[in-house]
Amino acid sequence: MDRSFCRITGLKKAFGENLVLCGLDLELPAGRVTALMGANGAGKSTLVKILSGVYRRDGGRIMLGDTAFEPTSPADAIRKGIVTVHQSINDGVIPDLDVASNLMIDRLAEPGWGFFLRRRALLAEARRIAERMGLGIDVRTPVSELGVADRQLIAIARAMAHEPALLILDEPTSSLSAAEAQRLFDLVDMLKAQGVAILYISHRMSDIRRIADRIVSMRDGEIAGLFEGDALDYEGAVNAMLGHGLTETDLAPVVPGRAVVTLSGLKLRPDSAPFDLALHENEVVAVTGLLGSGKTALAQSLFGLHRPAAGRMALDGRDHAPGSPAEAIRAGVFMSAKDRASNAVIADFDIARNMTVPFLGAFSAASFVSRSRERQTAKEMIEALSIVCQSERDGILTLSGGNQQKVMLARWLSQECRILVLDEPFQGVDIRSRRDIGDKVRRTARGRATLVCVAELDEALEIADRIVVMHDHAVTAEFVNRDVDVAAILSAVTGPADPQETAA
Amino acid sequence: MSAEADKPAPMAPSRAPGGSTLLDLAIRYGFLALLVGLLLFFAIFAPGFAGPRSAVFIFQSVAITGILALGVTCTLVVGGFDLSIGSVATSAMMLAAYVMVVMEQSAGVAIVACLVMGAVIGVVNGLLIVKFKVPDLLATLGMMFLLVGLQRIPTEGRSISVGMTLPSGETAEGAFSPFFLAMGRHRFDLVLENLIPISVVFLIVIGVIVWCFLELTRHGRLMYAVGSNARAAALTGTNVNGYKILAYMISGVLASVGGMLLAARLGRGDIASGTNLLLDAVAAALIGFAVLGAAKPNAFGTAMGALFVGILLQGLTMMNAPYYTQDFVKGAVLVVALVFTFALSARRSRGET
Repeated sequence: MDRSFCRITGLKKAFGENLVLCGLDLELPAGRVTALMGANGAGKSTLVKILSGVYRRDGGRIMLGDTAFEPTSPADAIRKGIVTVHQSINDGVIPDLDVASNLMIDRLAEPGWGFFLRRRALLAEARRIAERMGLGIDVRTPVSELGVADRQLIAIARAMAHEPALLILDEPTSSLSAAEAQRLFDLVDMLKAQGVAILYISHRMSDIRRIADRIVSMRDGEIAGLFEGDALDYEGAVNAMLGHGLTETDLAPVVPGRAVVTLSGLKLRPDSAPFDLALHENEVVAVTGLLGSGKTALAQSLFGLHRPAAGRMALDGRDHAPGSPAEAIRAGVFMSAKDRASNAVIADFDIARNMTVPFLGAFSAASFVSRSRERQTAKEMIEALSIVCQSERDGILTLSGGNQQKVMLARWLSQECRILVLDEPFQGVDIRSRRDIGDKVRRTARGRATLVCVAELDEALEIADRIVVMHDHAVTAEFVNRDVDVAAILSAVTGPADPQETAA
Repeated sequence: MSAEADKPAPMAPSRAPGGSTLLDLAIRYGFLALLVGLLLFFAIFAPGFAGPRSAVFIFQSVAITGILALGVTCTLVVGGFDLSIGSVATSAMMLAAYVMVVMEQSAGVAIVACLVMGAVIGVVNGLLIVKFKVPDLLATLGMMFLLVGLQRIPTEGRSISVGMTLPSGETAEGAFSPFFLAMGRHRFDLVLENLIPISVVFLIVIGVIVWCFLELTRHGRLMYAVGSNARAAALTGTNVNGYKILAYMISGVLASVGGMLLAARLGRGDIASGTNLLLDAVAAALIGFAVLGAAKPNAFGTAMGALFVGILLQGLTMMNAPYYTQDFVKGAVLVVALVFTFALSARRSRGET
């Protein structure tokens, strides 16, 4: 049976009157990494869900080699040779079990395994898989003790146990640091060499530059461009995806006003170096650094979720040491947390209710909420942030990731604050929404200080007047975002004593 | 192959944007339609069912369960669950009887003692859950056992009635005050003489207050936020622990109100009564999920759920169904309602993506 590649022709899928895929043609050769780019709503996730057997297609055909691919369920899709590793890593692993059980869980579910666990056989088999995949982990470690990156690799290793013809990776690096992503890329290179066709979905240009052999751009349910060859045309691919080129960010750094937040001799951890930092009115400061560099700890210190080990935080000259988010909010420090789905979105609420959660007091009289005032504000915010929805009463989960993030931003823009902290505001956000959010943040920045924590340097360059680099829980470098030397930032991000890795 | 491929995907029903399908209507109004259907059915086939007396009887039979169910609804809203309500109610009943019959105090003292007890138990439940991180089901289950035992200690396991012999050998001198008994027995005139029992007034007033609190005030809104995503709520500055404790307090206080009404109706502290309160109240609150397709705890749904069970049982009784079929019928209704809530609503939300 020749399963050398996957060929999709005339693929169609509609939800009601909404045509999501309109006759998509795509070939995925074996042993090549095909990067798939597309703004949210372009139909990427629908394509992935059809390939992984979650949705049934409305028309067209999918051939794996010379066999028609007709999955009846996600499990059937895996048996027939298409394996998908989804974006949310915890769907792929079971935290309470150890690595070995995680790697072998599909085998355990097969009838052939027998009734008893046969621990020794299980460990041996798991070790073999781990070794083949280059996982340097003791297979007896519980997954709950592992970091995000290891979990991701385990999910992929588990997928590879099925020896798929096509491996789909859906934004696999979205929560990995550069060094961790490197391990993933090494694994992908290895799988490629084994002749697996790989469909790699990502928003990150740095990933795509590193890993892609071909780029496919999707727009409005169709393939808008296919880029192959020795020198890939990245700008062309982005252009095809968006319908216009990435405009050079014409960002004019503003003149900072007086200092709002002054950090002096701040030690985030007992063993980290002390640092000073001042954030001024009107300016947007981006904090960048690897995962675990202390960006989030800094944001959380300002918001009352983390108590620094030493040093002083001052807000408008007065001591600022909030004991809880409620205190921080009263002092005028607002924070939009990272990991929208677990930290910000209230799934049972509609758009309007999600927006008003922190400041319900402002929308109520004698504790009674005024629905009309709430809706009015929500409508204005929907307009101002160009949130794509039918009305402010839509459930929050009916929105795309980018639009959900806009709602989370709107939540904190409805009131004046002294400092707005945005922790990873571009996580799982398509490029167009990312532009809208960045624009809005910059346009409203007057009169307050704004701190944006981002792992991606591109994002920092796009939004900030000043870029601050953190390493090992301390600020190690600062750059004004004008004709900035990207290489210098990268080396600061990587850190002095750690020369093994650069982000791009 | 193409015939197969042309079929619409089973899990994504086609749905005109903004319009509503039959499924939507069924989810939204199915349960209320069922309620109306049931009323019509019994009105036609059960002689004497259609009439104000029968209606009042139904209300009265669901009043105490309904009040408890409104309390448990508040704990469901914050993502918790209160299994202790039944035993809080019976404890309040025993306490009221003890205060008046044995300690010879007034009705006012008994009422205050019961309300304080309910609030304290609620706070203890809340603290167990919030501070000591005991899972809500286990904390309130433990509290339930504790109270079932505690309420029997003062009288060495006997029911409390006027003129009973105390463990010390003396005879209890106190009595239920007429005012207290009136809470369970007095009826107001409305059109007909002696039509509306006070317990029904209690149910309606408490129902309206709980509904207003949960739906219209910011505290109710924030309690829903806590129940949906406690972490996100905390990160918007919401006092998550405070609202959780508040919910258990409301639940405890309402359960003690229910217990007092029970004591007033029975005129004694009856060890054996109130066994069904917990399950009936929880069933009413869970059936409430299905009303108007809310798919979440809500005061209106809870009231409808309690009413639904009451109508069903009253109708069946009047059609001479044996008493032992009651629990079976209640269970069946609950299972159907849960299917409504979880299977159908889940299907709808998947179709909306």
